[in-house]
Amino acid sequence: MPVIETYELRKEYDGLVALESLNLQVEKGEIFGLLGPNGAGKTTTLMTLTTLIKPTRGTASVNGFDIVKQPSQVRKSIGIVFQDPSSDDILTGYENLKLHGMLYSMPASLREERIREVLELVDLADRKDDMVKKYSGGMRRRLEIARGLMHRPKILFLDEPTLGLDPQSRENIWKYIEDLSRQGQMSIIITTHYMEEVDRLCSRLAIIDKGVVVAMDTPASLKKIIGGEVVVMKINNPDVEAVRELNFVKKIEIKNELVYLTVEDAGQNLQQILHVAGKVDSVEIHSPTLNDVFLHFTGREIRENSPEGGWGQRVMNLRSKK
Amino acid sequence: MGAKSNELKVKEMSELNGIAAIWYREIKVFLREKSRIVASIVNPILWLLIFGGGLGASISISGINYQTFIYPGILIQAVLFSSIFFGVYIVWDRKIDFLKEVLVAPISRTSIFIGKIIGGATDSLIQSLILLFIGLILGKLGVIPGLHLGFIEIVTSLVVLFFTTTSMVSIGLIIGSRMESPEGFQLITSFLLFPIFFLSGALFPINKLPVWLASLTFIDPLTYSVDGLRSVILGASQFNLALDLCVITGFSIVVIIIGTFAFEKMKV
Ligand SMILES: Nc1ncnc2c1ncn2[C@@H]1O[C@H](COP(=O)(O)OP(=O)(O)OP(=O)(O)O)[C@@H](O)[C@H]1O
Ligand SMILES: [Mg+2]
Repeated sequence: MPVIETYELRKEYDGLVALESLNLQVEKGEIFGLLGPNGAGKTTTLMTLTTLIKPTRGTASVNGFDIVKQPSQVRKSIGIVFQDPSSDDILTGYENLKLHGMLYSMPASLREERIREVLELVDLADRKDDMVKKYSGGMRRRLEIARGLMHRPKILFLDEPTLGLDPQSRENIWKYIEDLSRQGQMSIIITTHYMEEVDRLCSRLAIIDKGVVVAMDTPASLKKIIGGEVVVMKINNPDVEAVRELNFVKKIEIKNELVYLTVEDAGQNLQQILHVAGKVDSVEIHSPTLNDVFLHFTGREIRENSPEGGWGQRVMNLRSKK
Repeated sequence: MGAKSNELKVKEMSELNGIAAIWYREIKVFLREKSRIVASIVNPILWLLIFGGGLGASISISGINYQTFIYPGILIQAVLFSSIFFGVYIVWDRKIDFLKEVLVAPISRTSIFIGKIIGGATDSLIQSLILLFIGLILGKLGVIPGLHLGFIEIVTSLVVLFFTTTSMVSIGLIIGSRMESPEGFQLITSFLLFPIFFLSGALFPINKLPVWLASLTFIDPLTYSVDGLRSVILGASQFNLALDLCVITGFSIVVIIIGTFAFEKMKV
């Protein structure tokens, strides 16, 4: 039985459809990725599954409990790291963690032990007695990840957990998530813009766009759908018709002066393509990535809007709001 | 049967832990905001010394010095303002998204509400205790003539103030639970605070009022707090102390019940 299953989950915000009849299943013990561009509905999905917002229609079961009828049972089974900062910045890092432990009824000794452990993990042990106000955006992010992991929930939701972190911290967090998952009992749902994150961590993923799941499978099988390697060429006046004639070219897409081809045995057939395509400025071959998969299903690139502005920017906005 | 009652105990324990968690946080925040504590002490003292002293120079009420007469009213005023104002913190929690962390935790909304009330009441009672000690000293020094605060007076005052602050904190939280911005909260509460305060008889005796005004004071729940505190501290009052206590505890229970519903409906 899946630990999470949604049934035509729908959420509207005053007429704006954020989620349209979402159907997905997450199996026990897996790390499941939700990949999609800004505004796809990733956060809305997580907020609904964690009972913070009510679906407009449809429902879901989380750890066997219905999110609409048994929200308190659901909350007992889960942990979440929110996309936006949600710690109290007038408290210290340690106090935020202690408060969390108390909210989740952790016995004092276990609580202190876990606090030490997670502070070590996110490398904040020496800053634990500073007010969160004095943390940098990345430090605050790390603190909140530590907090979400602290009570070892059955199901852990991570909303863009590593956005805005430096590569070193990101690597640490990834390792820890993998360890947690390997130990067995925890199921993890992670939303992200980062393809490498999905490739590295996720056993399965759903690609979502405009509130709809457009594909759901393992990263490898999704890439297989592409059916060849991807050749990207920069050409001034491409002879599209001539390229289309070639029978090993599966698909042609032109975007921003770049020609994207899906080609069987690209290494061997490249010569012939270059021969007919026109005057090529540059060419690149790669095996299919999740970005190509996203492009395949939606006709857009996932990175069209910069994802990097996210967390740090929001922290700044929040500060200036005060 | 055994397993069932065990489960129940676990559930109750986790609710209690949740209440303790909220309380812990409110106290930490309170103790960290020193300026808030100082302001909550200095303002009432200024009222007492300047307003009370100024009018007291020429007025006394049934033989009681005016400054002494309004001392209980000023205590109630201090508690009223800090208690209702406490509701703005829930608006803040929402604004800084900390509310999500609390709402997603495995505790009921009722426990969150109770934790907040205890937190707000603790703040107000610490403030009251300081003001009572200052009253004790000013009384001993003769600055406020005829004010004699002993152990009994202080303890019974705290009882009256406790029921007053719980109901006023609830009102603040109910308003805060519906508000998106601190400015909106301030606007609504200022409309509420002044009638509640001025009609309570904190600054004047209510036994010689014209009928229309008297009936307004009778429906102001704060009137009974002021009267109760006056009866406890000065031994002079309009109503029976038992009646005062009934009204303020009853009112407190009613608004707490309304508050739990408001929190149940509250959005992130
Ligand atoms: N509180 C809200 N009120 C109105 N509309 C909202 C609200 N929250 C989200 N939306 C809308 O719902 C849609 C989905 O938003 P959501 O935050 O779920 O996207 P996301 O996939 O998490 O995007 P991002 O990558 O930017 O975090 C967007 O169009 C957004 O504008
Ligand atoms: Mg999001």
